[in-house]
Amino acid sequence: MDITFENVSYTYQRNTPFEHKALEDLSFHIKSGSFVAIVGHTGSGKSTLISHLNGLSIPTDGKVKVGKYLLTHDEKPGDLKELRSKVGVVFQYPEHQLFEETIEKDIGFGPENFGVSESEIKERTHEALSAVGLSETLLDRSPFDLSGGQMRRVAIAGVLAIKPDILVLDEPTAGLDPRGQKEIMDMFYRLHQEQSLTTVLVTHSMEDALKYADHVIILNKGKKYLEGTPEDVFVQKDALKQVQLDVPEIVQFIASFNHKFNTSIPFSNQSTEQLAKQIKQALIGDELE
Amino acid sequence: MNNSLIIGQYVPGNSIVHRLDPRTKITIIFFFVFIVFFANNLPSYAILVAFAFASMFASKVPIRFILKGLTPVWFLIIFTFLLHLFVTKEGTLVFDLWIFKFYSGGVIRGIAIAIRFFLLILVTSLLTLTTTPIEITDAIEDMLGPLKKIKFPVHELALMMSISLRFIPTLMQETDKISRAQASRGVDFRTGPIKDRIKAVIPLLVPLFVSAFKRAEELAMAMEARGYQGGEGRSKLRELKIEKMDIFVYIIFIVVIILLFVTRTYG
Ligand SMILES: Nc1ncnc2c1ncn2[C@@H]1O[C@H](COP(=O)(O)OP(=O)(O)OP(=O)(O)O)[C@@H](O)[C@H]1O
Ligand SMILES: [Mg+2]
Repeated sequence: MDITFENVSYTYQRNTPFEHKALEDLSFHIKSGSFVAIVGHTGSGKSTLISHLNGLSIPTDGKVKVGKYLLTHDEKPGDLKELRSKVGVVFQYPEHQLFEETIEKDIGFGPENFGVSESEIKERTHEALSAVGLSETLLDRSPFDLSGGQMRRVAIAGVLAIKPDILVLDEPTAGLDPRGQKEIMDMFYRLHQEQSLTTVLVTHSMEDALKYADHVIILNKGKKYLEGTPEDVFVQKDALKQVQLDVPEIVQFIASFNHKFNTSIPFSNQSTEQLAKQIKQALIGDELE
Repeated sequence: MNNSLIIGQYVPGNSIVHRLDPRTKITIIFFFVFIVFFANNLPSYAILVAFAFASMFASKVPIRFILKGLTPVWFLIIFTFLLHLFVTKEGTLVFDLWIFKFYSGGVIRGIAIAIRFFLLILVTSLLTLTTTPIEITDAIEDMLGPLKKIKFPVHELALMMSISLRFIPTLMQETDKISRAQASRGVDFRTGPIKDRIKAVIPLLVPLFVSAFKRAEELAMAMEARGYQGGEGRSKLRELKIEKMDIFVYIIFIVVIILLFVTRTYG
């Protein structure tokens, strides 16, 4: 499903002294099937933005279009539930939403609300559980007996079991160990490709944005600051620095290398292996090949 | 989040009302609540209204915000007005249509009660609008100080109060967050038969309790780690101090009381 924002503004607690403009005149388009990273300093409006994708927030001004659903201040679709069954959201610290007695019930909670049949729920539960890398023996246990990382995985499985077309991830790996972070991000990327999902990832990690996304949107104080492919966005070191963001390590490395050795290796989102080759080429030429 | 109810919400500012000693504010409101019931004619009400409005303007909290925040209470005010209008059968008949028979006494009493109600709520919400929960707690602890002599746990009570007040916004945020997460999983809190809506509360309450307990445990641990041992010999970061301005405000208030008792009718 395509996602379109047209001049979207959102104000929290309108008409009070606490009024806060969290989004301002935001426009962009996300093509169906793409993997988009939304990056920005803390408080820049990332979570507010994604809460528009399944109608949790309705724009104060402007239009949000998600697939065939149109959300504006004056009209919202009669059936938000239908929209929500197509847009799965993994919130920041999703383990806080667990509540059922058993893990199996918790994972099946979403699909059940959306009217999926019992046998299908069972099937989806098993599928989701193996996707997040948990063992089936856990199904009858209470989610509250698990470690933090395992709870996170159960919560994610609960969203995957909804089988959404659009997967929205709000810093899904915050607070996990480095290995767990990589496992979970790789899992999302695999699902993205296998099920041709549209994925929207909110992240603070430039490395993740670079590695997984094919389109990057940088937010600053509720406004769109930069947008483009990772190759285009992440080389703008000064512009990023202005909004307290760093460039990914590999970009930084290439820049310092070029500076020190007077070379001009371009950044093209290459792997470290390719980069090693380019360095070799730049330093000793092609003769040895 | 529910943004129509303002009672208990603090609006940061630096007005005279904000800077008054919280004990001054609490004392004045305490006595104001009493004297409101002594007003019984136009001039005496005018004095009270003038005092309340002057405080409201001095607080620099946007008036539209205060009035809008009182929306849930408007209903009560109007209800009491109508009640008196219908029930009181004194004075002359001023309006007569079918079953609606309104007497002048009823109109006057209805208006008077509505004004009292409005003043009480306006003044008490001014306290919470201009005073942080911590200041209120400090003031109450200080004012109840004498009770310590009879072994009344004043400090513990104040601490409990300030912790609860401190966590109200946190819990509201938490509720908001969890209800959004569950709504995304297809829970419908707003429509459907009442039975389903009650059931929808469980996915909200369980995580809320879990996190509240976790928070309580962490807080207790952190307090112990920082050497908290109760109120005995504990010093304060913010000392309460009566300033010139407080005295000035007390004097104004005493003048208001005197004027009220001079203007009200007796007998
Ligand atoms: N319920 C609310 N009421 C008022 N203001 C809010 C509310 N929620 C968020 N805000 C404000 O809106 C702005 C954007 O918040 P948002 O949560 O979207 O930021 P974010 O980019 O997700 O930050 P982070 O990276 O820390 O998660 C912040 O300045 C925040 O203070
Ligand atoms: Mg956020």
